[in-house]
Amino acid sequence: MRVRLSEGTFDPWQELAGFRSRHGLDRGKAGAASVFVGTMRDFNDGQGVERMFLEHYPGMTERSLEAIVESTLRDCGALEAFVIHRVGDIAPGEDIVLVAAFATHRAEAFTACRAIMEALKRDAPFWKRESTPAGDRWVSGNTPGSLDA
Amino acid sequence: MVHVKFFAGLAEQVGFRETTLEAGEALDVAGVWQRVVGSERPSRLRCARNLEHCDFGEPVRDGDEIAFFPPVTGG
Repeated sequence: MRVRLSEGTFDPWQELAGFRSRHGLDRGKAGAASVFVGTMRDFNDGQGVERMFLEHYPGMTERSLEAIVESTLRDCGALEAFVIHRVGDIAPGEDIVLVAAFATHRAEAFTACRAIMEALKRDAPFWKRESTPAGDRWVSGNTPGSLDA
Repeated sequence: MVHVKFFAGLAEQVGFRETTLEAGEALDVAGVWQRVVGSERPSRLRCARNLEHCDFGEPVRDGDEIAFFPPVTGG
């Protein structure tokens, strides 16, 4: 399984070790792994954020993430990839997303990890609602993530 | 029957999360919005047909699930 939605907290490093082991990526085939972990901040747009709720579209979100992983592996020539994304209530300091890409060499691993993350930000149906001291608000857009943005 | 879903802040704006309508002839996604919501489409509105992103001109058939939502903000 390459994609998982999690309603509770997860340990990205433990998940990573498990995935590597399950997929035999720790036996000499993969020479490179690139990992991105996104964590909830306690501030955004100049305001403190106390909690966050991550809404998703059951069925479409999983399908979207699986399609992103599959097409990225094909396009980048990477060996394997793994995505975990939180849904529901989240507290500051908790990890929201893990993206890991495994490849023979570092170039493919870096490229695949970044490509999955950027496609997820652009296409995967998740919506953040932040709880601030001034009330709740829906986040209206994502920050640019590409190097040349 | 066409199933129509709304998500996030958009669901709060339209006042409901789900509804259904009879699929008429030559119905497209823009027509679904028109029949269900009626007001002008928000400029950054996005839509999906049967769990895939689509354009507003996408044809809609009986049994389809159509979703409307704001730009996504995951990750």
